[in-house]
Amino acid sequence: MSSIRSPGQIALALAIALFLGVFLIVPVATVVYVAFTEKGGGGLTLVNFLDFGRTDLFVRSFWNSVYVSAMTVVWASVLALPLAYLTTRFEFRGAMLVQTLGFLPLIMPPFVGAVAMQLLFGRNGSVNLLLDEWFDFKIGFMEGLNGVIFLQAIHYFPFILVNLSAALRNIDRSMEEAAQNLGSHGLRLFRRIALPLALPGYIAGASLVFVKVFDDVATPLLLNVKEMLAPQAYLRITSIGIDDPMGYVISVVLMLVAVATMWATALVMKGKDYATTQRGGGGLARRQLRPREQALAYAVVIFILALVLAPHVGLVLLSFATVWSYSPLPDGYTLAHYTRVLGDSSVYIKNTLLYAGLAATIDVVIGGAIAYLVLRTRLAGRQWLDWAASTALAVPGVVLGIGYLRAFYGVNLPDGAPLATLWIVIVLAIAIRRLPYALRAAYAALQQISVSLEEAAENLGATKARTVRRVVIPLMTGGLLAGFVTSFATAAVELSAVLILVQSNSDAPLAYGLYVLMQTPAGRGAGAALGVIAVLIVAVCMWLSQLAVDRSQRARGLDI
Amino acid sequence: MSKPARAVGIEITGVNLSYGATHVLKDVALSIRPGEFFAFLGPSGCGKTTLLRLIAGFAQAQTGKVLLDGQDVAPLPPWKRDVGMVFQSYALWPHMTVAKNVAFGLEERRLPRAEIDRRVAQALDLVGLSAYAERRPAQLSGGQQQRVAVARTIAIEPKVLLLDEPLSNLDAKMRVSVRRELRSLQQRLGLTTIFVTHDQEEANTICDRIAVMDAGTVQQVGTPMELYENPANLFVANFLGSANILDERAGVPIPSGKRLVFRPQHAALTSPESAPLRGPVTHREFLGATVRYAVRIGDSEVLIETPFQSGSELRDVGDNVGVDLPARRMLFLPA
Repeated sequence: MSSIRSPGQIALALAIALFLGVFLIVPVATVVYVAFTEKGGGGLTLVNFLDFGRTDLFVRSFWNSVYVSAMTVVWASVLALPLAYLTTRFEFRGAMLVQTLGFLPLIMPPFVGAVAMQLLFGRNGSVNLLLDEWFDFKIGFMEGLNGVIFLQAIHYFPFILVNLSAALRNIDRSMEEAAQNLGSHGLRLFRRIALPLALPGYIAGASLVFVKVFDDVATPLLLNVKEMLAPQAYLRITSIGIDDPMGYVISVVLMLVAVATMWATALVMKGKDYATTQRGGGGLARRQLRPREQALAYAVVIFILALVLAPHVGLVLLSFATVWSYSPLPDGYTLAHYTRVLGDSSVYIKNTLLYAGLAATIDVVIGGAIAYLVLRTRLAGRQWLDWAASTALAVPGVVLGIGYLRAFYGVNLPDGAPLATLWIVIVLAIAIRRLPYALRAAYAALQQISVSLEEAAENLGATKARTVRRVVIPLMTGGLLAGFVTSFATAAVELSAVLILVQSNSDAPLAYGLYVLMQTPAGRGAGAALGVIAVLIVAVCMWLSQLAVDRSQRARGLDI
Repeated sequence: MSKPARAVGIEITGVNLSYGATHVLKDVALSIRPGEFFAFLGPSGCGKTTLLRLIAGFAQAQTGKVLLDGQDVAPLPPWKRDVGMVFQSYALWPHMTVAKNVAFGLEERRLPRAEIDRRVAQALDLVGLSAYAERRPAQLSGGQQQRVAVARTIAIEPKVLLLDEPLSNLDAKMRVSVRRELRSLQQRLGLTTIFVTHDQEEANTICDRIAVMDAGTVQQVGTPMELYENPANLFVANFLGSANILDERAGVPIPSGKRLVFRPQHAALTSPESAPLRGPVTHREFLGATVRYAVRIGDSEVLIETPFQSGSELRDVGDNVGVDLPARRMLFLPA
């Protein structure tokens, strides 16, 4: 690794710093500043926070959000624990099925299926109609906060499942064999040895779920739950206006909760990094299930799978339904919704492809550049770029949206229109939101390339810039491509920041169109059709990204 | 643990074990006496660890029996066997203190708290770690971790003690002291103990008897001295100490289908005319107490070690020498 600081590298670092400063730091700082400023532009004050604490609605919303997030973690754990235990400790053919579940939340964010889930599990939804008819009772799956918890739990439990399974697989098998040797077995062994050792993985997944649910705007709103904190921030800004300080105070509270959760997670994990896979390691020999156990295991897996697929199934049904209300299944089927969205609503799809494409390109370029600067140069302060980009993780989408609105509304273009109303601002907000993920992909891609490959090029006379162009970028292509596709797919269904920033329907992406259409019974069918299209776009992207990674691995002989 | 428990014998008969197409254990039969310190010795991949895991219940044999104190253990899962195993990696649980680790097996046996506390204290005292009860395993040295693993195992007063390469994660100096500790502990407890190792010195120094294993079969069972003096085949001869092996082309009469085997220190150098085995010196290494010569005989090379005294005359590379080998030092082993 050379320690020469070339002017090109310095210019690159400064350009990235400027970008992050203007489109991440300034908007967030603006939100914080306004929250601490007296209304009408006075001096610094805490009075807004006192108002927040004195307003019943906000306090109630805060505790509702805490309750919903915590209960989501509980229910997500209830779903994830048996699956993780089954797939990591038993010879079980359903394991593959369970592993694929891990991708589902990436394919469809919870708000997309919200209305469909109302129709399936609501007071007069399919399941309750059937329960009422057969057994004469109903279950309030979707009543108030329960609905949010139910929907979020079945969407986000795979985050816990994936982290927990990985942690369980990484436990050295002698850890559990030693316990068996000393007389322990079964669930008791799992509780006393495996679970404590896998706790860091579980906590990582659980805190991620907590933050995601706490920050979610669209899912509660689509279920008509307004008394939660993130929806309150959105409603305050859109109904009272960008001068009202409470929207900013709520935003600061949202960020504090996100940061506090991450901090608490780090605190709990401290000293608990039980990397127990040692030499002679490998996972515990998986036990064969007895026929009765096997039947039970399949029943559990199929039950959970049915829950996970329910929003997707409901969405597809809704998108083809003529009328669907007060009946277990739609009254009739039609293609009209698809004709409609592919006709007059096709602008949503066009905008989505444009925005997500641009945002993903920005992410890959900036993520790749930061990864290169951090891993391959000795520029002073290069680590700050990484930290700055990663802080986006703690900024909820609605907060970023509010920040953009406030920071760029006063900035006028030559023709007099505020900068904040331009569609490119939506792209930038999405790009900033997805940047941390693209950055991780770029790190992973660059870390696989040995430095000696670059040194060989320099030794043979290539300059730094030419080495990057002829050696580094070609070798990173697979990883960067995967990063691009993942960013693209998740950007295509990004809503919370978009919700605040969209000024007119003609500039709106698909997620926004879906949100608007879903508000009215007449628009639901078309909304669902948009949802199905979104899911298809994302699913194809995920598949392409997997293909890109596989191909680049194989091309370099890294058979996996 | 305080009073030496009644020691238990182990009978292994006709054991065959395969993982898929790999035949790991072939017709293994062994008889381990009560109170014996017994070693499974062999190169990596010889099946010694699999045999140990079979006794502990972590592997299943396709045929054959393992009898513990006369009782077939095949139907018993690992947690009902009462065989204490010390793992190569020690497998100390990082989320528990040393005392908690040692208490684990006792808690699983639902012993009263006071009894558990007493036996934990006793076990830690036995391995000299009483002061470390409240530490985490990660805060201990490798040797201390190993002692915790032993304490955890003997706390449950197992019928037999299984040690899976217990010294392999220690540095060379620690190994010598820890193996002495293990030996004296085993003597005090009178516990039947099986020790798995690939290191002949470890096995020779602390074990009563050794089963030498190769390619899934037991090659020979005996005391260290029996194995050294009377190896049953070329593998055992080579694995325990170094051995010179010559075939009929060497120029001395060798029964057909056999090889002549002798130890380097059992031969001496003499003039070429007076010995049937002769050839040029190809290497000379000065080792301090001895000088080691390599001598080419026919197509083979043999090593001869002669004691070194100051003033004694050394042979040079290229000198023609004879190898003087007393008949009682000649072993003829099947090829």
